[in-house]
Amino acid sequence: MSELHKRTLTELAAGLRARKFSSVEVVRAFLGRIESRQGTLNAFVSVTSGQALAEAAGADRALASGGGGALTGVPIAHKDLFCTRGVRTSCGSRMLDNFVSPYDATVVARLKAAGAISLGKTNMDEFAMGSSNENSYYGPVRNPWNVQLVPGGSSGGSAAAVAARLVPGATGTDTGGSIRQPAALCGITGIKPTYGRVSRFGMVAFASSLDQGGVLTVSAADAALMLREMAGFDPNDSTSVEAPVPDYVAALDAPLAGLKVGLLKEFFDKGLEAGNERRIREALQVFEKLGAQLREVSLPNLPLSVPTYYVVAPAEASSNLARFDGVRYGYRCKEPRDLLDLYQRSRGEGFGAEVKRRIMTGTYVLSAGYYDAYYLRAQKVRQLITDDFRRAFAEVDVLMGPMTPTAAFAIGAKTDDPIAMYLNDIYTIGANLAGVPAMSVPCGFVAGLPVGLQIVGPHFGEARLLNVAHRYQLETDWHTRVPQGYA
Amino acid sequence: MSAWETVIGLEIHAQLATRSKIFSGSATAYGAPPNAQANLVDLGYPGVLPVLNAEAVRMAVKLGLAINARIARSSVFARKNYFYPDLPKGYQISQYELPIVAEGAVDIVLDDGALKRIGITRAHLEEDAGKSLHEGLPGVTGIDLNRAGTPLVEIVSEPHLRSAKEAVAYMKKVHTLVRYLEICDGNMQEGSFRCDANVSVRRAGAQKLGTRAEIKNLNSFRFVERAINYEVSRQIDILESGGQVVQETRLYDPDKGETRPMRSKEEANDYRYFPDPDLLPLVLSDAFIEEVRTTLPELPDQKAARFASGYGLSPYDAGVLTASRELAAYYEEVVRELEGEPKLAANWVMGELAAALNRENLEVGSGRLPAARLAGLLERIADQTISGKIAKEVFEAMWSGGRSADEVIDAQGLRQITDSSAIERVIDEVMGKNPAQLADYRAGKDKLFGFFVGQVMKATGGKANPAQLNELLKKKLGG
Repeated sequence: MSELHKRTLTELAAGLRARKFSSVEVVRAFLGRIESRQGTLNAFVSVTSGQALAEAAGADRALASGGGGALTGVPIAHKDLFCTRGVRTSCGSRMLDNFVSPYDATVVARLKAAGAISLGKTNMDEFAMGSSNENSYYGPVRNPWNVQLVPGGSSGGSAAAVAARLVPGATGTDTGGSIRQPAALCGITGIKPTYGRVSRFGMVAFASSLDQGGVLTVSAADAALMLREMAGFDPNDSTSVEAPVPDYVAALDAPLAGLKVGLLKEFFDKGLEAGNERRIREALQVFEKLGAQLREVSLPNLPLSVPTYYVVAPAEASSNLARFDGVRYGYRCKEPRDLLDLYQRSRGEGFGAEVKRRIMTGTYVLSAGYYDAYYLRAQKVRQLITDDFRRAFAEVDVLMGPMTPTAAFAIGAKTDDPIAMYLNDIYTIGANLAGVPAMSVPCGFVAGLPVGLQIVGPHFGEARLLNVAHRYQLETDWHTRVPQGYA
Repeated sequence: MSAWETVIGLEIHAQLATRSKIFSGSATAYGAPPNAQANLVDLGYPGVLPVLNAEAVRMAVKLGLAINARIARSSVFARKNYFYPDLPKGYQISQYELPIVAEGAVDIVLDDGALKRIGITRAHLEEDAGKSLHEGLPGVTGIDLNRAGTPLVEIVSEPHLRSAKEAVAYMKKVHTLVRYLEICDGNMQEGSFRCDANVSVRRAGAQKLGTRAEIKNLNSFRFVERAINYEVSRQIDILESGGQVVQETRLYDPDKGETRPMRSKEEANDYRYFPDPDLLPLVLSDAFIEEVRTTLPELPDQKAARFASGYGLSPYDAGVLTASRELAAYYEEVVRELEGEPKLAANWVMGELAAALNRENLEVGSGRLPAARLAGLLERIADQTISGKIAKEVFEAMWSGGRSADEVIDAQGLRQITDSSAIERVIDEVMGKNPAQLADYRAGKDKLFGFFVGQVMKATGGKANPAQLNELLKKKLGG
């Protein structure tokens, strides 16, 4: 019984269905782990034990009567920017510290409908702005592989929680790498689906044209199972795409013989640390062994991703975050003198430094006289990057490359240098700008710290991506490694 | 000729008559308790997203087709960013660079009867804001977001208007049009139809436009006329005394009859427009547009032309009778019931009926006097049962009593006397009673003819057929 946390999400779902153990047992086991590790890792903002146990009892009743969905009784956690009815949805911000959502995000509702049980809300960079999870009102999340290091961000709480086996799977969002980068730094599997594949309704917006919900799990098989339940058209989200969701689980086992893999030339640059590169090259050899054909592919505009992103994302954020004005919900300053004072102090006191920096950047690039030079220009470059990907996928099935230039870095190492922090997103942002799906798969260690392999697919190529990652994980055991002390 | 030329452009805001809001499922009905019709989308809650109301699109396309505009096959929603408590998201979703409707026009009739074409630069879809409430809330400001998200179409004219009168004629024309199209209830008191007026003056003959002031939120035709006239003379006074007009936003105070600058903002607003990433470009197919075209009713200009040629009405009368669909329908029903006599019907609908409706502040569709009833009355005029003068009395009795013309005529014995011998009898009587006047008349005092007409009418209770009376009286008095 004490070993329940060692099972993957897929195994838990099957075991629950086979009545090998009860949902109450499973939920208790994970809640117990959360309780004992929260002090160290700070992976959660809210833990909803009572609600989870009640739902677990309900799940057990459903399973006993032969009912339930694909995830009935399986514990998960939600990044704290998915709205959860009756539960605080903070976005890692003082601004929403007091905000209890009156509704469920579509992702939350779908996973609930599939029977999953939320154990709580995971910590994150404030409003998903950050790559280290240091920008949280609730304090930094620590990397279970080394608590002096960052877990990555912005879905750092979800990544750390899954890596430490505090929960078998968690939702995340990825605007510029916020699922894949922490998945890589924490040694787990993470997938950012195609833009439009997963509903954004109820997912508090950072940069609407880039934000995409996805999952962080131990294995690609787990990700396939969870994503299958989450994905699909939502009439409440005009940018979600009305296309059927393939059975990602059923597609996992397809052989890789003849798979055309493009190596992202631009990613094997001087910024990539030698140790990380070695792990990536080793992973590529595994794919060759599986019958894949490797070739180098150039996406010449990809190096422009970071400056493009840091115009588009802040521009959208500056507008998206305007609603946090102290008027209707969220933080309101004490005794405002007048309207302007209410706005200025509520926002000045409610938002953290990185959020303010991005609001100011975004406001600037949208201003009259600068719009053409920055925002319009960035949109044009974005189109060029998208075209690069399209051309590449005319020749190869998937692209591969490193997920991050280095392994996890120390807490505090980059907090004084926002540009160094932004450059950490150098390999992640292209997929967001182009809207294509991408995932991170554990592929070894450098000095005891996990390294992630990035796999990028064409639009709506999730099934192939998960299949490719799954076949790799059948050959390797990197994804099964658990940080010391968390086994 | 005046030394100054006035140049006016109007931005008309028409609330679209959809049942639900433009980006949410909340109802749009007017007058609900504050915030009863504001859901999470309208309140700008974290995580919510807009979903475009297809009916609002259909209505905007209808308008575009009716003003012969270009309907954009692809238009884009943009965010207009500014902070205000009645703007929950901190931005208004509007259309900026690519509006759904562009380059249309309507014709207005000038005083001399000539037509003038007023260009419409564009019409775009956007959401209305909420309202701040101050009444009954000492020391605080309330926010009512019922109106937030109500669909608006903003209709922007070219600066083609040259006087307050033209501006009103244009606004009335658009008002007529949106009501014909049934895309706006046109209720100006409730703010369903309102405008901002951009007003400037320049020396007659000058090419360059003068500096303009924008008068915000005018919600009656009278206010539009007064505000513009005030503003024009204000600007002329400034320029004639050597000053310069400041480009600014002004408000009209109807109590004082003047415009005043709105509380000045320290710097110009920069709305930082950019395409709304939550909404895809609005793409319309030719098939959709053609399908909407089939739903267009007969438009006011078409109807007026048909009335003028088909019923022999003057362009002016045809214009008045087609000012609303209800009035035109009423008129046509009267004509149909009456079988012929379209002029008579026009005179009565525009005269007695309009006056009575106006007096009691009723709409023509109120049902107070059904068209068939009015036709019944006019039929009695046409067949000479009653005179036009008596008919006015009958009309009043019908209006207040809810009876048919025949009921009133019979009950009050108002049937016109058309029996020549009966009229002759009365004439003889009157002549007998007034020998002195008769002698004077016969001595050449022609003016006394009217006296005898009056006496006979008095004796018959006004029922003598006037034409017959005239003829018989002339004969008898002549001896």
